[in-house]
Amino acid sequence: MAYVAVKGGERAIEAAHAWLAEERRGDPMLPELTVPQIAQQLGLAVDRVMAEGACHDRGLAALAIKQARGDLIEAAFLLRAYRTTLPRFGASLPLDTGAMRIRRRISATYKDLPGGQVLGPTFDYTHRLLDFALAAEGEPPPPAPEAPAGDATMPRVTGILAREGLMASEAPGEAEPPDLTREPLACPADRPLRLQALARGDEGFLLALGYSTQRGYGNAHPFVGEIRLGEVAVEIEPPELGFPIEIGEITVTECQMVNQFAGSRTEPPQFTRGYGLVFGHGERKAMAMALVDRALRARELGEEATAPAQSEEFVLYHCDNVEATGFVEHLKLPHYVDFQSELEKIRQMRATALREAAE
Amino acid sequence: MSATQTRSAEGAAAAGGEHRSRGPAGPDAGYNFGYLDENTKRMIRRALLKAVAIPGHQVPFGSREMPLPYGWGTGGIQVTAAVIGPDDTLKVIDQGADDTTNAVSIRRFFARVTGVETTERTAEATIIQTRHRIPETPLHEGQVLVYQVPMPEPLFRLEPSVTETRRMHALADYSLMHVKLYEDIVRHGHIATSYNYPVMVNGRYLMSPSPIPAFDNPKMHRMPALQLFGAGREKRIYAVPPWTEVRSLDFEDHPFEPVRADAACALCGSRESYLDEVVTDDRGGRMFVCSDTDYCHTRQARREAAE
Repeated sequence: MAYVAVKGGERAIEAAHAWLAEERRGDPMLPELTVPQIAQQLGLAVDRVMAEGACHDRGLAALAIKQARGDLIEAAFLLRAYRTTLPRFGASLPLDTGAMRIRRRISATYKDLPGGQVLGPTFDYTHRLLDFALAAEGEPPPPAPEAPAGDATMPRVTGILAREGLMASEAPGEAEPPDLTREPLACPADRPLRLQALARGDEGFLLALGYSTQRGYGNAHPFVGEIRLGEVAVEIEPPELGFPIEIGEITVTECQMVNQFAGSRTEPPQFTRGYGLVFGHGERKAMAMALVDRALRARELGEEATAPAQSEEFVLYHCDNVEATGFVEHLKLPHYVDFQSELEKIRQMRATALREAAE
Repeated sequence: MSATQTRSAEGAAAAGGEHRSRGPAGPDAGYNFGYLDENTKRMIRRALLKAVAIPGHQVPFGSREMPLPYGWGTGGIQVTAAVIGPDDTLKVIDQGADDTTNAVSIRRFFARVTGVETTERTAEATIIQTRHRIPETPLHEGQVLVYQVPMPEPLFRLEPSVTETRRMHALADYSLMHVKLYEDIVRHGHIATSYNYPVMVNGRYLMSPSPIPAFDNPKMHRMPALQLFGAGREKRIYAVPPWTEVRSLDFEDHPFEPVRADAACALCGSRESYLDEVVTDDRGGRMFVCSDTDYCHTRQARREAAE
């Protein structure tokens, strides 16, 4: 009976997994991609998976990319599902990005500034012409020229503005920040929680939302105060020690957007901050995050909040791509029970409508 | 906890893409019993206790990422993982059937991480995890029915804001839903909802029964078994304790009417069970069969024995 073919899921699943493994490997005549190769040569994909997977581990992220056949959302999901089984020791101290070992640092608001502009490894001024030489496997490129190490410190641009009183100060957070992965999101969400959700959020979704604020959906007047990329130390302060200890170093990208603010009854006109911070080298994401962070501050700053990017519930409940992809893709699971009741209902309603039309 | 700490990257990778059949008898040594660590289970049990104490009320909980995608039953899986013990017998159904791919996948997951006995017999199970159906065989006291819930908020199509719907629940302000049902009747002559049909629990909270067909709603009323609902992506848990009043919303002059296909099961002949319509050819041929496979098999076996 044809009906039987619908069932028998167990064997179908086994066969599908075997086929998937075969597809993942591709042509066995070609050498297999290694995890270190992915970590080294697809570094930005690894960074994105670490950011959206909310887990800083290049090796595991590279493994996830390999296992997911390059599907980065699937890879982020693999990493999240691993991360969630790890014990939580506590919160680190705030990262001091001012003390970052800088690889890239640019400001769009000052032509020159203490520490200077450092272009770093960026696509920004490349011509987007396919480099056919890369298609042939050749020698590694010659080493990039290196400037002598400067001893200049690189103060943050927002700090420079703050000294003049032009930058609104941030309320210092005393308490340990909330943890979205342990407590469900509740609105209204305070800023640490929002930033946490955005840092894990989907780059594409935040990019589109950030873009929308520039096109009039939300009243944004942003300047890139500063983008910096580099290595920062992570410190924790175990209660039994009472002093901070360094537990490692991570690569992060930080973006501070400077935004105009007309002032309110209690605040003089000044600049306000939109903040973005992501694991690894993720400039597009950090910038989009900073735009959306600022848009979400509308209510707090007494601005009118009418655009999607300014709606906390809209942004926070929909920015997580692991949640989004799960719910969108679950539509392919069987729904024939529900569909059956819809069928019966629509037949019933059509019968009523046709009868009434005939009368 | 210790088991998860020592686990290797390969173990985690295998959880996402395993393609071997069921592991050796007994739970997978690389994972804690039921996959979740004990602290997480305790957090979920607390939420469950609160949910049982306030029937129909949605309790937020710290839903974890599971090795199955959101929308695939992560809420139900977490609830089951929190209540299951080594002596339990688990049944998993999707669309009423034990052998649909997702039911198979979840059953294998629990076989792997708990090693408990699984069954397809409704009467033999102590825990039944379900998606979209309530078994036809009446459940008895001591059984637990765990529903997978995609959208726990019954009002979400009328009011998308969670902040707003929480306020409505607090005030028991369900006029929006009554107006919607009334408008259905005015427009179509019927209430146009055929599944996920809203219910009032214990006369207080409006609740989504999960996307079960409205046909199943009456089974929830004064059910002897404990009903637990898990929504993983939305991070909510709710419950209906045994013998609780569960009423489908309706009007005096338009009483609730569950629908089923007006046919008999082609395999077991049942005229009472909920039927799936199976298209048999491209010329309009179709047959109807029970959606509850265990119910159907039992009836077929009984008929064969009688012959």
